[in-house]
Amino acid sequence: MFNSYHETTLRYHPERCINCRRCIQVCPHGVFGEGSERVALLREPACMECGACALNCPVQAIDVQSGVGCAWAMISAAIRGKDMDSAECTCGGGSDSCCGGSPDETPCCTNE
Amino acid sequence: MKAVQSSCCPESAEGKSPCTCRAEGSSIPQEIRTTTSEITASNRFDHFLARWGWKREAHIVKPGLYRLGNPTPDSMVFASANYTLSFDALRSALHGTDAWILVLDTKGINVWCAAGKGTFGTDELVRMIECSNLAGIVRHRKIIVPQLGAPGISWPEVIRRSGFLVEYGPVRARDLPLYLKNHAATPEMRRVEFPLQDRLILIPIEIIAILLPMLVISILLYFISGPFSALAAVSAVLAGTVLFPALLPLIPTRDFSSKGFILGFIVAIPFAYLFSHNPDLPGWASLLAGFTPLLLMPAVTAYLALNFTGSTTYTSRTGVKKEIFRYVPVMVILAVLGVVTGILLGASRLAGVI
Ligand code: SF4
Ligand code: SF4
Repeated sequence: MFNSYHETTLRYHPERCINCRRCIQVCPHGVFGEGSERVALLREPACMECGACALNCPVQAIDVQSGVGCAWAMISAAIRGKDMDSAECTCGGGSDSCCGGSPDETPCCTNE
Repeated sequence: MKAVQSSCCPESAEGKSPCTCRAEGSSIPQEIRTTTSEITASNRFDHFLARWGWKREAHIVKPGLYRLGNPTPDSMVFASANYTLSFDALRSALHGTDAWILVLDTKGINVWCAAGKGTFGTDELVRMIECSNLAGIVRHRKIIVPQLGAPGISWPEVIRRSGFLVEYGPVRARDLPLYLKNHAATPEMRRVEFPLQDRLILIPIEIIAILLPMLVISILLYFISGPFSALAAVSAVLAGTVLFPALLPLIPTRDFSSKGFILGFIVAIPFAYLFSHNPDLPGWASLLAGFTPLLLMPAVTAYLALNFTGSTTYTSRTGVKKEIFRYVPVMVILAVLGVVTGILLGASRLAGVI
């Protein structure tokens, strides 16, 4: 109840893993952890679907449908009759779009 | 090295066309600029304006290769975005280090946001490595990229296309001095948190985004039903844009919308009390007047709370989509009911019933 963040689109295929540990390096939420022969999927619900692990895995042992978890972008896409999944955060579009962004790189897409 | 600004890769270049400088047979590489690790008062003023969303295009650094201190062909290379806040955080963290900084053209967007969009990405990194003639400037083949750039970068592809090995540095530039001691990150350096300070910093932009509609609606409400209704509108909006980010982890439940409903309801209680204790109104009208803020205010606050998902550092698209399908209908129903009770009250007043 009141938790929509149990499931993600992250899929790990351990049989392909060559234990290079790049996924552990790039994941901002500690989803993967070290294992003896291959990495272990530790905290799947913490995955924010940023896609870094899949893009940096040299053997395609990870799949994830990456996207921005931004309600505003998805709702605007839905209102305009577009596909919610292809919605892009407005950051980076027009000159007065969003992205506060602290020096430490807080991601965001604050409304326009 | 002579500065030739227009020789290759103009900043305005759209798309990801490969650098043409060498293809054209020109031997003049892109200009190398110089920077320091000092953050001046004018830098700080620029950061302040950036946080208030003032003129996005004014917080841009010219893309290209920069010298920090007196780097040699063996000095480290760091990648950054051409957003002043990102670039300044990197160069100030590297205080006392001689290094090269390769600024990618992310259109003035910070590293993480740009990585999500792909502008801080494999193509742009490879293009800038070529444009800057990095391979001719440094002897090694390693480039340190901020970890939050990883959603846009595929290291196997970068090494295949440019020969450079990507090393992912820590999430926060301020951890760089420690990281560089043995090029190893602690788990904390790899983790993104969303502490109070980072949440508070987003408040100005959240307020600016909603300021105009909030003012228009409160002025209308002021004339239609008085100062307290106007105050209720302002309170609902401020609950969603100021209190919500500040109190985020303290509000019960995990979903942003449910947190927003709870917060909005609490803020609405004093208004419900006030409106239902108007001695001039007959019983049924006080009841309606008391219910109106309880319907409208949580809907507004919850909607703003849901929209804050885009500003956070951890919501997945799958989860946010679920939230939208679960809670937006509830918000709409509450808002419609609230507007209907409001109209009923207004009409009764006009008709002289109350
Ligand atoms: S998609 Fe991002 S958050 Fe999810 S596991 Fe991969 S790196 Fe971590
Ligand atoms: S990046 Fe891929 S191969 Fe490397 S440890 Fe992770 S899952 Fe295994």
